[in-house]
Amino acid sequence: MSHATGIRYLKDGVLPHMWCPGCGIGIMMGAMLRAFEELGYTNRDTVVVTGIGCTGKLDDYLVTNALHTTHGRALAYATGIKAFNPKLNVVAVMGDGDSVTIGGNHFIHAARRNMDLTAIVINNFNYGMTGGQVSGTTPGGRFTSTTAWGNPERDFDICALAQVAGANYVARETPYRGWELKEAIKEGLGRKGFSLVEVFSPCPTHFGKNNEMKETRQMLHWLKEKALPAEEYNRLDKEAAEGFFPVGKLVDRHEPDFNARYEEIRQKAMAAKKG
Amino acid sequence: MRSEAKLMQGNQAIAEGAFYAGARFYAGYPITPSSEIAEECSKRMPLVGGVYMQMEDEIASMGAIIGASLAGAKSFTATSGPGFSLMQENLGLAVMGEVPCVVVDVQRAGPSTGLATKPAQADVMQIRWGRHGDQTLIALCPATVAECFSLTVTAFNFAEKFRVPVIIAPDEVVGHLRENVIIPGPGELEVIERKQPSGAPASYKPFTADADGVAPLAAYGGDYVFHVSSSMHGPEGYSNNEPANATWRVGQLHRKLEMHRDEIVITKTFDADDAEVLFIAFGATTRASRAAALELRKQGVKAGVLQLVTLWPFADREVAKLGGRAKTVVVTEMNYSGQVAGEVRRVLGSGADIRQVNSYNGQIIRPRAILKAVQ
Amino acid sequence: MAEKKERYEVILAGSGGQGLVLSGIMLAEAAILEGKNAVQTVSYGTYVRGGFSMAGVIIDSEEIIFQEVENADVVLALTEETMEMYEPLAKEGATVVYDTTLIKERTGKGLFGHPFTDMANKMGNVGMVNIIALGYMAKKNGIVDTESLAEVIKRRFSGKTREANLKALEAGIALAV
Repeated sequence: MSHATGIRYLKDGVLPHMWCPGCGIGIMMGAMLRAFEELGYTNRDTVVVTGIGCTGKLDDYLVTNALHTTHGRALAYATGIKAFNPKLNVVAVMGDGDSVTIGGNHFIHAARRNMDLTAIVINNFNYGMTGGQVSGTTPGGRFTSTTAWGNPERDFDICALAQVAGANYVARETPYRGWELKEAIKEGLGRKGFSLVEVFSPCPTHFGKNNEMKETRQMLHWLKEKALPAEEYNRLDKEAAEGFFPVGKLVDRHEPDFNARYEEIRQKAMAAKKG
Repeated sequence: MRSEAKLMQGNQAIAEGAFYAGARFYAGYPITPSSEIAEECSKRMPLVGGVYMQMEDEIASMGAIIGASLAGAKSFTATSGPGFSLMQENLGLAVMGEVPCVVVDVQRAGPSTGLATKPAQADVMQIRWGRHGDQTLIALCPATVAECFSLTVTAFNFAEKFRVPVIIAPDEVVGHLRENVIIPGPGELEVIERKQPSGAPASYKPFTADADGVAPLAAYGGDYVFHVSSSMHGPEGYSNNEPANATWRVGQLHRKLEMHRDEIVITKTFDADDAEVLFIAFGATTRASRAAALELRKQGVKAGVLQLVTLWPFADREVAKLGGRAKTVVVTEMNYSGQVAGEVRRVLGSGADIRQVNSYNGQIIRPRAILKAVQ
Repeated sequence: MAEKKERYEVILAGSGGQGLVLSGIMLAEAAILEGKNAVQTVSYGTYVRGGFSMAGVIIDSEEIIFQEVENADVVLALTEETMEMYEPLAKEGATVVYDTTLIKERTGKGLFGHPFTDMANKMGNVGMVNIIALGYMAKKNGIVDTESLAEVIKRRFSGKTREANLKALEAGIALAV
């Protein structure tokens, strides 16, 4: 049996990619494209929507339909595409700045509407593209180029946010778990309604360098050691869980998505108009 | 079938015009004095197989209509000053990505929250220059309820034909005015669909213009797979930061409108050919100016009106021709700065006798205020 | 009933909730049924509920260029506040109709006071005050034919609402005869 490579979705001559050695975006992209292939996605039926930042560069590598948008607004554009043409596979690929910092409002409302979209979020805890500034997901106390003395703010838990906002499917993975990452993206893509796959990702160039993980392997080691499968994590008490984070499937629901609800309302309106 | 005359509000006529033009996607955020457009669309869109969405803000609304347009919809939104400000960044993407869409800005009095329900014509320069980077678009301004309808059809036609966002900028007076109007039957007004690619899908380049300056635009989900980008991009829509490419790209955004300038720039004149006193007006102030001009004619003064139906691109040639003949030019507008008067001064030069009648307190300009300025 | 003129400028003013915007719409619709041009503008106080509300209607057999009422032929005022605001807009020889239930009685040329609100209350529906006044004004000044107003009511409403509106219209007309 041959494994999916996803190479059919890659533009000729674009490799090697631009991301730093040790960055998780390339691994995520590979996982996403293998998931596309395993699901039988075609270029014409797929639209990849990106925002701004390191992750926002991803569309340039692809031969699927793509829309490279403004910072934080990828989900708003994706919503318009999916609402008008429910047959399309619409994937919004974002960083932590796009998804829950500048674009947080769109994130919670896309989840609330249960838009049939898959959001893949690279969370590298800082703004990598522009020099490692603080983000809405930078943990408290951590150092970035704009929190020189440590971050006084708390960080968002993106998965928890998606869960309370109404997402149908939520998973967290890391580039260390490449197979599981691909499987999570595949399950998210296949799920009707809003799905989120958050990818905790190394940024050795900025976040790692500023936080005593200068070497890529140190960041990967951290992601390996501290990631616990959700069921294992949930068995720990608060004290024991300190420093660890859950990975794998965190939310698993089957609520009707926006398009299904809209169509139901539309049918009612048509009937009322006729009657 | 041509309907009989009926009383209709300006905002409602804009929604009617949008449906006539084939609009099938509306995303917006309610704001006075534009909300009647959203309300009408929420009722009608589901019945015609279209989609109505109330978004979380105007930023999202603008993004959603661009997304829907690229999926093949004729799409639009409606707002007023504060919301229009929020739309600017994504509106810039529609210019850069050459995405057809229509934005209605029912102008109200600012600055900021200002006089939330009162009229103004103070977004003229924001419409033209509100976005960063050097870009251009089309803006139309109705003075009657009938124009609210017909110019909305024109706005969609321009958007589709030239792959450009088109702003419709009524003031609150016209948006809320009710007036008798006859809605044309199907086929009476031309409705333009965007040009589709016809070659081999593998060779489709979404930004390579035809001889008319405009590239065909496919829809996501069809045979033609394509990229659209807010970043500087080459003919295929992929990032390209080469200086020569940027020179071509930025120039192309402007050139396509310059090529069709005469079709895009619409003006109307009322007794303007022999006018010694020429009023230049747009939107509701056109009506007060016309009333003032008629009064002056009764008094033996040769007065006339040039109505700027297209606000942008500016009607340089028409202003130069009629304004150059007149002894006195009077620009009437509901703003402090003289946003259109400045353009008129640019065209006619500082030697011309150009007078301004301005109102910026939420009150309309009345004919007697205009007459006072002339005497 | 007065002879019909080519052009009428009418002001209908009161407090928000008295239905004057709808009256203005219905008056304009009646004129359009008669083949005339009509415009209707609205002006509100700061608050929609409780604040003042004014509908201006211009009816003309020619094109209506300036859209706002400048010299009213007919003014209807249903509150003291709007009586004071809009009576001065009535031109020489104009008719000013006001509600004596809510406004203190005045004497003068062209002033016509009737207890419209009391009448509506007695008919069991204070919401009909605007329609009673509309019927009265139309009959008194010939702005539009009362048949045209009845037709507008028939097109807009059905069932009990239609009957109540037609009854109110008749009551207003009877007052002017």
